[in-house]
Amino acid sequence: MSTVLLLEQLLNGLQFGVMLFLMAAGLTLIFGVMGLINLAHGALYMIGAFAAATVAGLTGSFLLALVAALAAAAAAGALIELAVIRRLYGRDHLDQVLATFALILILSEGTRWLFGSFPLYLDVPPWLAGPVTLPGGIDYPRYRLAVIGVGLAVAAGLAWLIAGTRLGIRIRAGEADREMIAALGVDISRLYTLVFALGAALAGLAGALVGAIQSVQVGMGEPVLILAFVVIVIGGIGSIRGAFVGALLVGLTDTAGRVFLPVLMLPLVGAQQAATVGSALASVAIYVLMALVLIVRPAGLYGRV
Amino acid sequence: MTVKGLMAAALVATMAVGAAAAAEDGLKVGMITTLSGGGAGLGIDVRDGFLLAVKQAGAPIAVIVEDDQQKPDIAVQLADKLIQAEQVDVMTGIIFSNIAMAVVPSAVVQGRLYLSPNAGPSQLAGAACDPNYFNVAWQNDNLHEAAGAYANSAGLANTFILAPNYPAGQDALTGFKRFYTGELAGELYTTLGQTDYAAEIAQIRASGADSVFFFLPGGMGISFLKQYSDSGVDMPVIGPAFSFDQGILQAVGAAALGVRNTSQWSPDLDNPTNAAFVESFQAEYGRLPSLYASQGFDTANLLISAMGKADFADRDAFRAALKEADFDSTRGAFRFNTNQHPIQDIYVREVIQDGDIFTNRIVATALRDHGDAYAADCPME
Repeated sequence: MSTVLLLEQLLNGLQFGVMLFLMAAGLTLIFGVMGLINLAHGALYMIGAFAAATVAGLTGSFLLALVAALAAAAAAGALIELAVIRRLYGRDHLDQVLATFALILILSEGTRWLFGSFPLYLDVPPWLAGPVTLPGGIDYPRYRLAVIGVGLAVAAGLAWLIAGTRLGIRIRAGEADREMIAALGVDISRLYTLVFALGAALAGLAGALVGAIQSVQVGMGEPVLILAFVVIVIGGIGSIRGAFVGALLVGLTDTAGRVFLPVLMLPLVGAQQAATVGSALASVAIYVLMALVLIVRPAGLYGRV
Repeated sequence: MTVKGLMAAALVATMAVGAAAAAEDGLKVGMITTLSGGGAGLGIDVRDGFLLAVKQAGAPIAVIVEDDQQKPDIAVQLADKLIQAEQVDVMTGIIFSNIAMAVVPSAVVQGRLYLSPNAGPSQLAGAACDPNYFNVAWQNDNLHEAAGAYANSAGLANTFILAPNYPAGQDALTGFKRFYTGELAGELYTTLGQTDYAAEIAQIRASGADSVFFFLPGGMGISFLKQYSDSGVDMPVIGPAFSFDQGILQAVGAAALGVRNTSQWSPDLDNPTNAAFVESFQAEYGRLPSLYASQGFDTANLLISAMGKADFADRDAFRAALKEADFDSTRGAFRFNTNQHPIQDIYVREVIQDGDIFTNRIVATALRDHGDAYAADCPME
């Protein structure tokens, strides 16, 4: 395997990881601040993609589509928080899982009712289409580079938000001691709505960015949701930094598994079986990674025990 | 999420006397198909094609439609309900092979006729074939075999092949290799439901292949094609019709233009039945029909043709009438093999843009009078 191919796969892993981070950041933020397991996070990702596809279809502008995805997902998130999630904070995780699972079904069938059962069209904008030749002779899609850029910018923005702003202080305080910051006069219910909408907006952004190179269809969020949960468990639940490191680890491990395991299987099981066995093993690689991390650090890489 | 069974009342003759008399004059058909979840577009098209044929013929057929949600366990419950409570005569509708394998063997043992409008798993074509089971679509390997044959005739000699790692994916690559005589630049299995193919595309680029064959149904195919087209790799792509069908072409857009795909049907297939079907389907539902819609339409017309020839109560005569396949198929010549699976022509289509609409047109015939590789294992004659 040549160095160029190796570097290209490294970029692919990075891009996949960055995309997962956008999903996982919202999920871990919501869990960290409110102690809520939100299975409907994947549905918000889907809402972002559908909003982007609709607006891109109407206006032809990809940037407007991204804005629409952020706005629609944040609005849906705020609405869901006010109508449903608010009643779940005091309950145990099983009730939360049940209620947010119901939300998945309602939002999925609602989307089908509005948009029909056939996938929507959303494409990469012309100014980001096609490959660009990187130093070293790697032809890499311009759009994927842009996704890496956006993801890193969001990560930096979130780090600044958490560490350097008043909202960030409240979020951290909310994680540490809910009753105390409520007693100090912070409007905790408004803070919760805000954090939920922020997490939803990140999921919506991920949905729109990914929708341009994947399929915009009902149920698109659930496979990503599972990966996002793996990411936050590896990173430590509630930690943005953990989500970032976890997402990159998962992205790189998954890509490396898909590329190398079939090759590694070749001498063991023969050419006939290598492709199937390698592929089967590659699909469990990230779960093996999760298990290994949990053996060494039961609370995840950056989790508090 | 359970969609309530809806009585599609095409029961012109039986309306006055009630459902109890349906078994006497007409037939009761139980349709289990996928109407929610990621595969819903397929089930909706099969259902709409089937109901259109029943409506056009004014046939005394009552259709009970149920949604299996793409889950075998739900489908098994629905089948029990249709057979025991509703006492249906004929069953049809299943899209996915794993669901067909869960439902069909037990339904045919209980004396129900099953007409498959889509799934054609190899087991049911070979040793487990059954006099009560008719496949009106294709055996699963057929379109992939045609793609292999087309690759040869197009002079492709070093193809990279990929499919998801599940039974139908493995059958797809086996089917392709059964007819393809060139070299393989690589063979890859992806995870079922995978949405990001950057790593695979990088391997394709590095492999030195001259073409790519892939079987990635539904959303997986949309993702792959968009990413492939954006990656700057420009070798020709071939695949079975499933990844290039009417339901998903609009979502893929220009990325699919020029792609060659194999199908037993195409909207421009030149015969009077098909022209009338395409026109009436558009008039009824406001969209172009897909491969699946044509299969649903043909399935209903096969059933209607048998009803005109034999009494359902005389089951042997009715089965014989079905086996004659004396109906005007949307795909032209159609007959049944000894295992009651189709013998038909399979075409090569090209994705074109017609105004705002992306669709397919036929460019060649890949295989003529093609049966399947499993008929020899079927004990029926």
